[in-house]
Amino acid sequence: MVLLVTMTLAAIWTVMGRSLLKATIGLAVTSAVLSIIIFRLGSPLAAVFELSVCTGLITVVFVSTISLTKPLTHKDITEMSRKRHKRFIYLPVILALTAFLIIRSGAPKGLIMSMGESVHNVAEVLWDMRQLDMFGQVILIIAGALGVVVLFAEGKNGAK
Amino acid sequence: MAPSNPSELLYIFGSFTILLLVAGFYCLVVTRSFLRAVIAIELLIKAVTLFFIAVGYITGKPALTQALVITVIVVEVVVVVIAGGIAISVFRKNDSLDITLLNKMKG
Repeated sequence: MVLLVTMTLAAIWTVMGRSLLKATIGLAVTSAVLSIIIFRLGSPLAAVFELSVCTGLITVVFVSTISLTKPLTHKDITEMSRKRHKRFIYLPVILALTAFLIIRSGAPKGLIMSMGESVHNVAEVLWDMRQLDMFGQVILIIAGALGVVVLFAEGKNGAK
Repeated sequence: MAPSNPSELLYIFGSFTILLLVAGFYCLVVTRSFLRAVIAIELLIKAVTLFFIAVGYITGKPALTQALVITVIVVEVVVVVIAGGIAISVFRKNDSLDITLLNKMKG
C-alpha cells in the first residue's frame, strides 16, 4: 500500500513538475517504485525489465531529447510555469474526487475469476505460447531503429 | 501485500490504476508540450503494466502476465524513441515543442 501511494505521488509530481527535467526524474522514480511493486508481486523478470529499460534507458532518451532542444530563458520559464499552474491546478481536485468515488463504490462482491491452467515458466510462455508477440517485438524494434534513422536523416537535409 | 481476498486485491490495485490513468489522461489533454504528452503516455502505460501484474498475481498466472509486460515494455521503448526523434525534428522546424504549432504542418 505504501509503495502504491508513493508511486501515485511520484506520478502526480511528474505531471505537475515545473521543468521537463524534473518531470523526467519523476517518471524514473515512478518506474523504480513500480518495479519494486512488480518484484513483490512475484514477477522478477518483468521487474528487471522495468527497472533497466523504463527507469534507465527511457530516462536517458528523455534527457538526451531535452538536451538536444533549446533551453528556455528564465523569463520564458516563469511565464510558462504561471500558465501551467493555471491549467494543472485542477488535477489534485480531480484525483481526490476520483479517489472519493472509488472508495464510496467499495470493492466488488462475488467476483469470480477463471483460474485455469497456470504456467510458471516465462521462457515457455514467450517462446511457445506467444510466438507472434516475439515476432511483433522484433518487427517493432527494427521499425523503431529505422524510424530514428529516417528522422535524423531528414533533420540533416533540413539543416543543409 | 496484506489483504488475501482476490476481490479486495483487485479493488486496491484497480483503484491505483484508475488514479494513474486519470493523471495521465489529464496531462495528455491539458499539456501543450510535446515531451510532456509523451510523459503522459508513459504514465498511461505504467498504469496498464501495474494492472497486468496485479491480475497475474491474483489469478496465479504470473508467467503469462510477465510475458505480456515484457512486450508492453518493448513497445513503450520504441514509442519513446520514435517520439523523441519526432520531437527533435519538430523542434528543428518550429523552434518550439508546442503541439498547437503542429497544426500548421502539411499533411
